[in-house]
Amino acid sequence: MIEWVTLATMLILVLALVLTFVRLVVGPSLADRVVALELIALIAVGIMIVYAIQVERAAFLDVALVLALTAFMAAVGFARFLERGGSGHNE
Amino acid sequence: MSETLTAIIMLLGALLVLIGAIGAVRMPDLLLRMHATTKAGALGTGLIAVAAAIFFVDTGVTVRSLAIVAFVILTAPVAAHMIGRAGYFTGAPLWDKTLKDELRQRLDRHGHYLHSGLEDTDDTPRSDRDSQ
Repeated sequence: MIEWVTLATMLILVLALVLTFVRLVVGPSLADRVVALELIALIAVGIMIVYAIQVERAAFLDVALVLALTAFMAAVGFARFLERGGSGHNE
Repeated sequence: MSETLTAIIMLLGALLVLIGAIGAVRMPDLLLRMHATTKAGALGTGLIAVAAAIFFVDTGVTVRSLAIVAFVILTAPVAAHMIGRAGYFTGAPLWDKTLKDELRQRLDRHGHYLHSGLEDTDDTPRSDRDSQ
């Protein structure tokens, strides 16, 4: 049973990834894109954990943990860049 | 039993993440989009990590899963606060049906100073006024 459940979960997460990518491309301001990037990182963490369950190898959880860490750093860095005079609208 | 529980929690988490993604596409302005993505995304990813902890019955995996949950729950609000603040300062437009924006008139957007609205009224204690 767990095989098709992991497959279905993967499909749902990939659908979410595609939707978020639409916002990453469309997003009118840079802050919108940063929000989309943060959600993409969260979805990637979810995909890694689901993959760890699928192949029954717990080592992938470490990768997910590190990705969550770096995604937070990226979001904070982008926010500081925006606030200290980066261009908000890159049209 | 534990496999069924894993499946239910994993699917629930993935559906929450999907709701967050739909919100990211459909919501009308930056702050509403963050409202959808931050909370649903963090809870969904946390649920998937809990599903991993239930699936591998192992102490090390459980500790790592709980570390992921704690980290996501702790950092998502901080990152959302910083991005929302930066977006507001850089002038991301609000939804045109927004009813109230109390921050706009009190915020000095160049000096990054938040006025309380009480600067003009004389609210210093009487003892301070007598000494001046």
